[in-house]
Amino acid sequence: MRVALFVPCYIDQFYPQVAVASLELLEKLGCEVVVPTEQTCCGQPMANSGFASSTAGCDANFTQNFEGFDYIVGPSGSCVLHLKEHHPSEKIRSSVYEICEFLTDVLKISSLPAKFPHRVGLHQSCHGQRGLRLSSMSERNEKPFSKLEDLLSLVDGIQISKPERADECCGFGGTFCVTEEAVSVKMGQDRIKEHDANAVEYIVGADTSCLMHMEGILRRQGSTVQVKHIVEILNHA
Amino acid sequence: MLSHSEASEKFISDAERTDWHDETLWFVRAKRDKASKVLPEWEAMREHASQIKDHTLANLGEYLQAFEAKAIANGIKVHWAADAAEHNAIVHSIIAAQGSKTIVKSKSMLTEECHLNDYLASKGIDVVDTDLGERIVQFRNEAPSHIVLPAIHLKKEDVGETFHQHLGTPKGNKDPQFLTEAARQHLRGHFLASEVAITGVNFAVAETGEFVVCTNEGNADMGAHLAKVHIACTGIEKIIPKRADLAVFLRLLARSATGQLITTYSSHFHKPREGQEMHIVLLDNGRTRQLADPKYKNSLKCIRCAACFNTCPVYRRSGGHSYHQPVAGPIGSILAPNIDKKANADLPFASTLCGSCSNVCPVKINIHEQLWFWRQDLMEAGLAPAGKTIGMKLMAFTLANPAIYRIGGSLLRRFSALLNTSLNPWYKQREMPEAPKESFQEWYKKR
Repeated sequence: MRVALFVPCYIDQFYPQVAVASLELLEKLGCEVVVPTEQTCCGQPMANSGFASSTAGCDANFTQNFEGFDYIVGPSGSCVLHLKEHHPSEKIRSSVYEICEFLTDVLKISSLPAKFPHRVGLHQSCHGQRGLRLSSMSERNEKPFSKLEDLLSLVDGIQISKPERADECCGFGGTFCVTEEAVSVKMGQDRIKEHDANAVEYIVGADTSCLMHMEGILRRQGSTVQVKHIVEILNHA
Repeated sequence: MLSHSEASEKFISDAERTDWHDETLWFVRAKRDKASKVLPEWEAMREHASQIKDHTLANLGEYLQAFEAKAIANGIKVHWAADAAEHNAIVHSIIAAQGSKTIVKSKSMLTEECHLNDYLASKGIDVVDTDLGERIVQFRNEAPSHIVLPAIHLKKEDVGETFHQHLGTPKGNKDPQFLTEAARQHLRGHFLASEVAITGVNFAVAETGEFVVCTNEGNADMGAHLAKVHIACTGIEKIIPKRADLAVFLRLLARSATGQLITTYSSHFHKPREGQEMHIVLLDNGRTRQLADPKYKNSLKCIRCAACFNTCPVYRRSGGHSYHQPVAGPIGSILAPNIDKKANADLPFASTLCGSCSNVCPVKINIHEQLWFWRQDLMEAGLAPAGKTIGMKLMAFTLANPAIYRIGGSLLRRFSALLNTSLNPWYKQREMPEAPKESFQEWYKKR
């Protein structure tokens, strides 16, 4: 299966290991992975700040890089949700997948050669969870499901724990993290406190932006807890 | 006036109180979860309620006229107010005709929206709020911080001190039962003396011309049943077609608001009792403008349960006053810009767009999507804070040009240590991410 790997801009620049793990994992699972090299950003930072009117150049660049593919796969629920909801091209909107949903819904994998004998706390990123429906949500009266947990359960030796408020937002929120700095940090600190109560070694999630925010707080606290994108664990042998 | 982010920073500076506020409201959200999850039909009921409201809003004119005709036939006097000023003038004229100087009022966010108390005070008329939470904030000369729990920002110690000052309770007494009894005795005098009672309206039924007022304290009933004149103030969006629809809304309202199965008092006011005057004031105040905009029309479905407040991770940590509006929280953030764009341009940004609000909403308002639309409209109206527009345009330009993006990214990584300064809001309480030597694309090229 031919797949185009969408690498969100901040992952490209600051978390290349997440893109490397995505690439390796998809190849391991038999995909022919193409990385369009002129890709930049999905346009979400501007749009969520009220400047959707300024994303035309960004949108056109995305279309140019990706319109030839039936499967566009990216390791970020938030960026993928933005494309699905707001990208002007219907082809792009219907071809883009968050990597977890691609693994469970398209590749339908039932085993993985992965091992990660550690205690991890699961962070539900809102856009993936509520926007892309990667898992059920506590607000609704619905049957529980979780694509993230389904995937992590394939990993050897892993111990998964959930924070007490299983799906409360971490407070990243794009430019919210700086324009509403006080609330943003307080929300992040509160998430971390609940993971700490479970004595986790890693906080794992499907959105690097949330993890970047919590990592910044953890490091300032001098914590030994680390953050990992779920693909880094699924790709961990 | 402080912006939402400034007021939040102030609120959060008392970390212990913030945690208490967050946990108290989360407790209410958890009660709501429990009450909603025992009903297998919960999601179907939300959908049903949403459709009733959609239908009503699509035919609002007809239902309002039907309500008016029935209400008049029942002996209720019906008044129409285009805006807050007209609303207040109507209420004043009714009170003036009665000659009253003291009146009691049960909870009504609409009268907060119109700043009725201040207006009447300027006319020499004293309004006593009879909802316990509202009476507490009224004593303190504060606005309600929550539409269902107006004094939720206060601890029992605060209430004890306030009552000590205003009701003469013993200093230091913070026993909730004792304080409630003191309020009860204090309010009883006002109920007995007052000749005019103002109430809000939860639902106005087009089919019958009756209106329904929900309280847990029975204060609306105490006021309305004792006074010679009952004035009910309502927004035009509170109309529902049939009495049978209450079977959906009354169940959703209390479960969503507090996790109760139903409000303690759900009182139906159908016609004035003998010798009583009953008035209803129907207010527009921007609602028809909202109705005309397909992006925001949905917000008029709101039944004011405040479930979106209780679930909002921002509201729980920023407090209701940070929204500087009578209706705070996520729903307030999509209602307020319709009244005044400039004064409320910060509110749609007081959200991470986590989407929890839209999913607890009993009438399925797409709150987080409307926040997103307001952000666009406010920026297009030129209401961006200084420097934001140029910053965004620069970012958009960079991200539209791969070569410039690569140079920008490389510079950002190389000099990221320069961002470790107090001028960078990220760095205030968080470390910057460690910059890798190579971007992914640089690595990939060499692969």
